Amino acid sequence: MDKIPILKLGDILLVTIQVDMHDRLAVTLQDDLTARIVKDRAKGVLIDISSLEMVDSFIGRMLGNIAAMSQALGAQTVVVGMRPAVAITIVELGLSMQNVRTALNVERGVEMLQRAVAKSDKGNL
Amino acid sequence: MNLTEPEIMELKKSEDIVRARQRVRTCMVEKGFSLIDQTKMVTAASELARNTVDHGKGGTMSIESLEENGRTGIRLTFLDHGPGIPDIELALKDGYTTGSGLGLGLGGSKRLVNEFLIWSKPNEGTRVTVTKWR
Repeated sequence: MDKIPILKLGDILLVTIQVDMHDRLAVTLQDDLTARIVKDRAKGVLIDISSLEMVDSFIGRMLGNIAAMSQALGAQTVVVGMRPAVAITIVELGLSMQNVRTALNVERGVEMLQRAVAKSDKGNL
Repeated sequence: MNLTEPEIMELKKSEDIVRARQRVRTCMVEKGFSLIDQTKMVTAASELARNTVDHGKGGTMSIESLEENGRTGIRLTFLDHGPGIPDIELALKDGYTTGSGLGLGLGGSKRLVNEFLIWSKPNEGTRVTVTKWR
């Protein structure tokens, strides 16, 4: 079965979703990511959705789940690269994405994660 | 007026939902819809196709292109012979769900299209028709 690759960059796991995901693939990604957060002791997860031409309630729910699960495991999640047409559509659909941190692009997402990680490291001292 | 014979696609598995939304995207592009309209219709198609697969126990989606009073439209019809929806009003409310979803499928897709028609009868099935005009 196909899988979405997860890359490790220091403390951060990077996922670039480049395929039109069917629902089982989305669920597999959720499971793989939670396992990798623990295995790699990751402190941040960056999900790049700039290739996604649509986000429906299933994918929206998956992104929310990943954010909540990573939070429970001590990692922060940032979703980056949402296309403008997708943003307009999810608002009308009624998806709030309230629990998901977002940034415009990968660069800003990494900055956001590094700040969040530095803050939580300080808090742990 | 219908321009073409409706094209019918099977909706049984989660891969069929992906194929359905890709087909809808191609039709929307062919008919010259804007990127935002394409995205809205594809998202609505994805929600409704998932309802057909998950709640309707599988069914079909048909695609027709329309021409009426000089406007161009695309119409999608989702049909299943599943358990049906006992209370349509309730099912259209945001946040109402019988499954594990967010409960945005029906109400949400209604907001993304220009015309939305739903028929459902317990133990007979459900038919949802959505139309987007350019």
